[in-house]
Amino acid sequence: MPTNVLMPALSPTMEKGKLAKWLKKEGDQIKSGDVIAEIETDKATMEVEAVDEGTLGKIIVAEGTDDVAVNTPIAVILAEGEDRSAIEQSRQTSQAGAAVQAPVQRPAAQASVIPLPGQQRSEPAVKTPLPRTNGRVFASPLARRLAKQRNVVIAQLRGSGPHGRIIARDIAAAKPAAAAAATTSPLPALMPAMADDAILKIYEPGSYEIVPHDNMRRVIASRLLQAKQTIPHFYLTIACALDALLGVREKLNNHAPLGKDKAPEWKLSVNDFIIKSMALALQRVPEANVTWTEAGMLRHKHSDVGVAVAIEGGLFTPVVRKAETKTLPQISAEMKDLASRARKRRLAPHEYQGGTTAVSNLGMYGIREFSAVINPPQATILAVGVGEKRPVVEGEAIVIKTMMTVTLSCDHRAVDGVVGSELLRAFRTYIEDPALMLV
Amino acid sequence: MADASFDILIIGAGPGGYVTAIRAAQLGFRTAIVEEKYLGGICLNWGCIPTKALLRSAEIYHYMKNAKNYGLSAEKTGFDTAAVVKRSRDVAKRLNTGVGFLLKKNKVTVIDGRARISGAGKVQVSKDGKSLGEFSAKHIIIASGARPRSLPGLEPDGEQVWTYFEAMVPQAIPKSLLIVGSGAIGIEFASFYRTMGAEVTVVEILDQILPVEDREIADLARKQLEKTGMKIMTSAKMTGIKKSGDMVVASIDFRGANQEITVERVISAVGVSGNIEDLGLETAGVQTKSGTIVVDGHGRTNVAGIYAIGDVAGPPMLAHKAEHEGVICVEKIKGLDAHPLDKNKIPGCTYCHPQVASVGLTEAKAKESGREIRVGRFPFIGNGKAIALGEDQGLVKTIFDAGTGQLLGAHLVGAEVTELIQGFVIALNLETTEEELIHTVFPHPTLSEMMHESVLDAYNRVIHI
Repeated sequence: MPTNVLMPALSPTMEKGKLAKWLKKEGDQIKSGDVIAEIETDKATMEVEAVDEGTLGKIIVAEGTDDVAVNTPIAVILAEGEDRSAIEQSRQTSQAGAAVQAPVQRPAAQASVIPLPGQQRSEPAVKTPLPRTNGRVFASPLARRLAKQRNVVIAQLRGSGPHGRIIARDIAAAKPAAAAAATTSPLPALMPAMADDAILKIYEPGSYEIVPHDNMRRVIASRLLQAKQTIPHFYLTIACALDALLGVREKLNNHAPLGKDKAPEWKLSVNDFIIKSMALALQRVPEANVTWTEAGMLRHKHSDVGVAVAIEGGLFTPVVRKAETKTLPQISAEMKDLASRARKRRLAPHEYQGGTTAVSNLGMYGIREFSAVINPPQATILAVGVGEKRPVVEGEAIVIKTMMTVTLSCDHRAVDGVVGSELLRAFRTYIEDPALMLV
Repeated sequence: MADASFDILIIGAGPGGYVTAIRAAQLGFRTAIVEEKYLGGICLNWGCIPTKALLRSAEIYHYMKNAKNYGLSAEKTGFDTAAVVKRSRDVAKRLNTGVGFLLKKNKVTVIDGRARISGAGKVQVSKDGKSLGEFSAKHIIIASGARPRSLPGLEPDGEQVWTYFEAMVPQAIPKSLLIVGSGAIGIEFASFYRTMGAEVTVVEILDQILPVEDREIADLARKQLEKTGMKIMTSAKMTGIKKSGDMVVASIDFRGANQEITVERVISAVGVSGNIEDLGLETAGVQTKSGTIVVDGHGRTNVAGIYAIGDVAGPPMLAHKAEHEGVICVEKIKGLDAHPLDKNKIPGCTYCHPQVASVGLTEAKAKESGREIRVGRFPFIGNGKAIALGEDQGLVKTIFDAGTGQLLGAHLVGAEVTELIQGFVIALNLETTEEELIHTVFPHPTLSEMMHESVLDAYNRVIHI
């Protein structure tokens, strides 16, 4: 019996993906665990691994095909002894089956392929609204029906009836979820400032070439547009003296023990200190370690720090989880791994989703200071400028110090000015006095 | 006077006032209530309750006269008007005493006298022209009620032209009676006196009796009343009366012609107007409008510290509306989360035979509001209990918003519907849709099954018709 290889779901929200590349040809022998294809999703390129053994009998979906729906058969694996004639039969039955099963989303685990790497983590990548204390939403029957008709998410409303019961007038006052949903769907239709035609008319034909967008570009465009349209940003800037930190960094790097390959076990970067400082500062100012949801404020317990990594054609923000609990060498090693895999587009969604804040560092390009766009649903992002010698007034004297200017972008729905300022001040304390990171 | 200062002082101990006082006391306010005549007010002494006692006598008399319909025999049936009236007065007296007990139990200070607001937070009370002194209260709630309105040319004289006061205590049942006005009061007296044998004519200026009710229901009630021999003239205007000896000749403009009707007695039942006089409202600067005090949804007048609830605060002038307004008013003063009363959810009941009860929008009003509606109807003739009772005339009508399934209104005519309506009132308040009503189990055999069937009919699922 030939086995269909189905388009895998690489994340809980994935509906479609691009079949980027076939790594096996028709007729190739397949062993369980072989990587047979690459799938490009929202952001990542993922490898598809076979679970069945046999021969790759037929490739159904050619490489380079966009928008392949999850669970669509993409190839057929023939068992030992079967020949291609079995495929025709199989296709007929599977098509008949597919017609019936189409509306049912089968879980990815049932497909005969599993994505790499490690999709086993069961943590949902997308945060759900805060559940009510006892899980039950009290609402009048009319309110429930009106909510359904008007596409209002009833669980997110505050009821004005007795004991907080949601009644009809609360629905009348609520915003339909359609507007909110549009901003959280993976690829919302963008409302362009100008129509494509209008833009193309401005430039002389032949004076440009059109490079089609890949998924990553589209995701960056929609996410950042969503961020700027829906998050009330404000910005706080502070300068930190780096001299003490640079001294400590030099000492730590000089004293790094040599590993098996005679290379030092760590080489800490300034950015590693910044990640650690941000993580500790968030623990010191927990009011800033939050995410806005309509249902309530998510107060995160750990500091999961996203770090923007530029890659060809875009960027990733892999997350260093529980960074406040990790040592500088641990953070450094983890970042090296995440960054190198990000550049190869080999990150799993759980490695770049979530995060309670983010750091974006353009210091290596000599940027003195800038402000970054918040990566939803995070509430803050820290834009880090170059560490450079500057004249600084200290008492009545001008001294030369290595200074680094950082700008914190805050979601004002979640983080107020004073809270953001306290976070930045705590951050600067760690940067300027790195010995505090020891305790 | 030991204590002359209160948190809340209520003027008038009608159903609105005394309930407000008890609720205020429950909330911990030092509460006083000033009443010049009767605890329980008109409702309990001269309105709702004693008329129900009279109508009960009439109902039993009606059954006695129709005993053979039930296989019974009753000969030489009759009544003693004085005894019927005495029973009605005894009922009122008993409840009046009960109100006094409730107020005492809740430690409400009852001040027997007439109140007049004399300044900010000050009330002067006098009794028989003698001052009982000045009382002060942080909050003054006016619950002074209403009294019969009188039409020019139809001024009651207490002898031949009655208001409900005289109509409630007749020395004898008049042979002929003209009732001007076909609201709840007019129709209830019409029903009572007709049953007791009077020739009754009802004159209504509008084109239907019970003008606030759904037209279909009012028309059905009219047919039933006319079957008893009652004469009803709608779109008819009383232009004047002449007294001629023991009789009264009334001129009525009806269908373009002037008619004269000669009757023994006339009852003026052309509505009530608020008691806003001699309360010191002018000096306090409290705003009034067409005989009632202007208030917001929490009973607050334009003057801080002065509130009004019940009839004096505007229509609908119903005891249960007054009670709720009073509770909302004091709960708001307490700082509780009190929402204004939704007047669309106040039921109305008329205790004629057949009874009429309703809540919410009439079919006409629902259509006027621009909604697409679904209407369900179920007649008493399809209900087993109604037939067993010998009460097979009536209708349960329900009105739903076609889009949302919201119950917009319910209108009933027939036996015991004043007790049935409450099911729909709860449904309306809980914002049920047709679905919950359809899924609700109504006990068999009861008249309430018709409520279920009416809802089913609105959704083309009716069973027993």
